[in-house]
Amino acid sequence: MNAPVQAPATSIGPPLWLLAEITYRCPLHCAFCYNPTDFAATTEELGTEDWLRVLREARAAGSVQCAFSGGEPLARDDLEVLVAEARRLGFYTNLLTSGVGLTEARAAALKEAGLDHIQLSFQDSTRELNDFLSHTRTFDLKRRVAAMIKANGWPMVMNCVIHRLNIDYIENIIDMAVELGAEYLELANSQYYSWALLNRDQLLPSREQIERAERITNERRQRYGDRIRIFFVVPDYYETRPKKCMNGWGSVFLTVTPDGTALPCHTAKMLPGLSFPNVREMGVREIWYDSEGFNRFRGDDWMQEPCRSCPEKEKDRGGCRCQAFMLAGDAAAPDPVCDKSSAHHVVLEAVERAQRPVQPVAKEAPLIFRGPAESRRLIEQGRKSLAVD
Amino acid sequence: MSEAASIVATAKPRVSARFRLQWEEAQQSWVLLYPEGMVKLNASAGEIMKRCDGSRSVDELVAELEQAFDTRGLHADVASFLDMARAQHWIEV
Repeated sequence: MNAPVQAPATSIGPPLWLLAEITYRCPLHCAFCYNPTDFAATTEELGTEDWLRVLREARAAGSVQCAFSGGEPLARDDLEVLVAEARRLGFYTNLLTSGVGLTEARAAALKEAGLDHIQLSFQDSTRELNDFLSHTRTFDLKRRVAAMIKANGWPMVMNCVIHRLNIDYIENIIDMAVELGAEYLELANSQYYSWALLNRDQLLPSREQIERAERITNERRQRYGDRIRIFFVVPDYYETRPKKCMNGWGSVFLTVTPDGTALPCHTAKMLPGLSFPNVREMGVREIWYDSEGFNRFRGDDWMQEPCRSCPEKEKDRGGCRCQAFMLAGDAAAPDPVCDKSSAHHVVLEAVERAQRPVQPVAKEAPLIFRGPAESRRLIEQGRKSLAVD
Repeated sequence: MSEAASIVATAKPRVSARFRLQWEEAQQSWVLLYPEGMVKLNASAGEIMKRCDGSRSVDELVAELEQAFDTRGLHADVASFLDMARAQHWIEV
């Protein structure tokens, strides 16, 4: 393959969005987590000084939205220091959290640091599904955290990952968000990467489930009017054109993982044959404009047919590179969600399997829950299969 | 937009607490920031919004713009922008 064509720096916009994944540590075990399944291999987290430098470099390169994510970002005790520096630099600072670990004292410290916004996720990990749906422990935690968010004057966005096992309770989820006083609710269907891909058959809803959920969401929008804005994201497996993933590779998003790897999206590390720079060794500006990894899928020289001559190619940029790799075995192939893709049948087969009757969780194949032990097992399994090859 | 909903000349608009207005050097423009999002303002929108700090009436704001850009007759355009900005919750009066 030819060396990637270096687009002139002027045609590439700044990395407006910085996703700072400050840790993979997390008290939860979500079966749909997008963190890499081999996350347990990361042992050396970037230190405070490194993160402060990354924030300064990214801001100087034009980043303006900064999301602190993970893992559970509250697992790091220097979060307040990082938020304060980000805010001082002029970032709009977002904290993406499950709320686990948010005490009154930490909330006050984050307010003092200038944190602009908290996105609170429902911690339904499907292992705790019954608890989640019966509004007991989860509801108590969310109520406590929601009250802290309100008391500190932050806008509240609630986010709930939707899947086959909870989608039939969408009315409960919406009503809970309203009761907790959320201004925005994101009902985001699980996307099938990493842990969610391992559990895809157990998580992908049927068409009937999705239609019902959309209908109920619309009814609730009518009922609640201005009190809450509800976003409902359909799983892309049910679409015939792919999403414009990350608004285009290397177009606005820059992810920095806990070990300092810089990625054009949070799952791109899975792509073989691509090297991604580390912020320990390269500055953010050079990473964004000059590195091989970030230039690999810019422009359209990399595109194959039918993408290259497709009239819609700028609309979706060929979809998601990770999905192309996972489902078609080639990161440069069209995203198989597209019905023009020769691998579209892979998506159709998964959708077909999802039309089976919905059964109680216990009757389905067991879910693989995210966790360090499971991650190490998957790493070992990967090593063995390589040895066999 | 109906006349009744239009902003009055004596109102003193200010950027809504839901948004943060700031100049972005890298984009050479004023932007409105909000949870996980950004509105990039064009040059004239930026000139109007940066003056929405609750200290100026619409009339004063228009007079200031007309002086700064050595022109006249901006009132209708500014008022219509402010109506839209209020509908978007960018400003409060």
